[in-house]
Amino acid sequence: MHDMNRPPVITVRDLSISLETDHSAIAITERVSFEIGRGEVLALVGESGSGKSVTALALMQLLSGRLKVAGGEILFRSQDGYSADIVGLGARGKAIEAIRGARMGMIFQEPMSSFSPVHTIGAQIAEVVTVHEAVGRREARRRAAELLGKVGIPDPVGALDRYPYEFSGGMRQRAMIARALVCGPDLLIADEPTTALDVTIQGQILDLLRKLRDELGMAILFITHDLGIVAQMADRVAIMYAGSIVETGNVREIFHTPGHPYTRALLDAVPRLGDIDERRRINPIAGSMPNVFEPPTGCRFHPRCPVAVLPRCSAERPPTFGSGGRLIECVHGEAELAR
Amino acid sequence: MALLTVDDLSVRFTKRSGGLFSRTLGTVSAVDGVSFSIARGETLGLVGESGSGKTSLGLAVLRGIKPSSGRVVLHPGETDLDITALGKRDLRRARRHMQMIFQDPYSSLNPRMTVREILSEPLIAGPWSRPHLSRADLEATVAATAIRCGLSVDQLRRFPHAFSGGQRQRIAIARALVLNPALVVCDEPISSLDVSIQAQILNLLSDLQQSLGLTYLFIAHDLAAVAYICNRVAVMYLGKIVEIGSTRQVYYTPRHPYTEALMSAVPEPDPDAPRRPILLEGERPDPATPPSGCRFRTRCRFATNLCATELPPLREVEPGHAVACHHADRLTLRGALDLRNAAAEPAR
Repeated sequence: MHDMNRPPVITVRDLSISLETDHSAIAITERVSFEIGRGEVLALVGESGSGKSVTALALMQLLSGRLKVAGGEILFRSQDGYSADIVGLGARGKAIEAIRGARMGMIFQEPMSSFSPVHTIGAQIAEVVTVHEAVGRREARRRAAELLGKVGIPDPVGALDRYPYEFSGGMRQRAMIARALVCGPDLLIADEPTTALDVTIQGQILDLLRKLRDELGMAILFITHDLGIVAQMADRVAIMYAGSIVETGNVREIFHTPGHPYTRALLDAVPRLGDIDERRRINPIAGSMPNVFEPPTGCRFHPRCPVAVLPRCSAERPPTFGSGGRLIECVHGEAELAR
Repeated sequence: MALLTVDDLSVRFTKRSGGLFSRTLGTVSAVDGVSFSIARGETLGLVGESGSGKTSLGLAVLRGIKPSSGRVVLHPGETDLDITALGKRDLRRARRHMQMIFQDPYSSLNPRMTVREILSEPLIAGPWSRPHLSRADLEATVAATAIRCGLSVDQLRRFPHAFSGGQRQRIAIARALVLNPALVVCDEPISSLDVSIQAQILNLLSDLQQSLGLTYLFIAHDLAAVAYICNRVAVMYLGKIVEIGSTRQVYYTPRHPYTEALMSAVPEPDPDAPRRPILLEGERPDPATPPSGCRFRTRCRFATNLCATELPPLREVEPGHAVACHHADRLTLRGALDLRNAAAEPAR
């Protein structure tokens, strides 16, 4: 668990990302705030279009095209005393390149498209080391093999000279984790790392990530829409809806005493293995995700919310209640926290 | 009475080398000697990991792909239809009794057709449409089906691009139901949808089943969704059914080690649920070169010499519950609910 007395590895404050068009800017995320401590796993949960992946990309200055950070700050502090506001560093230059891939690593959903098909696995992992550290090729290869062993690839030295197509999906995901961790990052960003994998392979990868977190002590930002994975992986959870974080709390608070109507609705909408006997009927959330180009006014969730207070919820953004690690952005937030 | 009977069905694909003088490199058994039946009004879940042959099996049942051997018999009314033996014309006629819902509603709907055209097409195009339906009857059937699936009549004149993923899946469901089929094969119907929308579609499918007496073959890898909607479940591994039984039997008292591992790997949405997945060693073997004997033996913690030499037959271990494992009688396996009761022995 996160040691409260030490500064978090990453602090995101009021991060807004917008999509710039010829005439205007469309808000993709609005005032997103969270922090992650050393050795802590924060799950960023949301459905497609909620803004969770762009938030992750912004942390590494990887927003592309017309997506821009419109406001806010991203404070990053590494173990060795280094600290920086990522937003201020810009997308190019030595400063951000020294962080990207070294102090921060990232793994993606699709392990096939994240590797170059024409270079060996070993070369692609060793390259990360030689780019960031003043070490020779031989040492870089040794480090690559060491990491491949650590992520559970059999015969890691032999694997160095193999190509991505020779690896199965699960093995490729392991290799991608090895590449993200080879420079010993303080923060690992994992964007739906198991969505493309079979359930038994998913179990292996989640188990591996937990083990590596315990061993290496890095912070993990885990992006997913799967509440089962959240329950198993996260220390703390941030729930995102239509570009805003609507609720933050530790994993037990979120699952046992959810305070935001969206969080509750989400938990009510997933079937569980115990349902065969109970014949519980799952409750879908009515309607569909709002369109980013025409977001609802006021609280973004109000058109689908069973407890919306109208006209208040459609007129103004709801206040945020709570403090520290427990926040609820809802007009009912205060009452929920008091329960 | 069974609506669908599948007997010793196999689907083999030939692997060829590329180029002008292509040679046959070998065959892959996507589905290998599978037998099961589905009762009228029942939902059979078909679970298994990618490459286990679930989709091939679903398609072969509808003869979307031609099975290599075996029989599929549908009993929609008075007469039995041997789907595997039907000629081209009769097969087309039989298709009205069996329809399919696909995984991706973004690629399964023609973007150039309005919803009305999409839903009318099956009524107009099939051999059953002669003598022609009157325009009024056609319109009434389309509208009634759309409404039943949660669409409004106003939406019929729109094109698929105007709809969200969940609504598109409703259109795909309406298209499958407009002919009033007996059997619907649902191939991963919710896996491309958002969590909040998945629940809508699951409830819609179960409501439609109730009101129309539909029979589903429900193919999915989401075990919690399968538990929610299915009466019986078949577990596939490398083209074979390794276990089949009522949902409760398969989930709570599995008898095959693969089923146990599958059940243990599902992350429950409860932070206090103990995490004790039985982690399988390694990965699924290449279906082109399956292991001898039991296909699961290379990853099975109970495998013995017998498993390498003899293919275990699917045999009944209790009424309605069949398992293909030599050692099913002596194994004590954990079910999905045992994983919640933290008391049991530690996972290996």
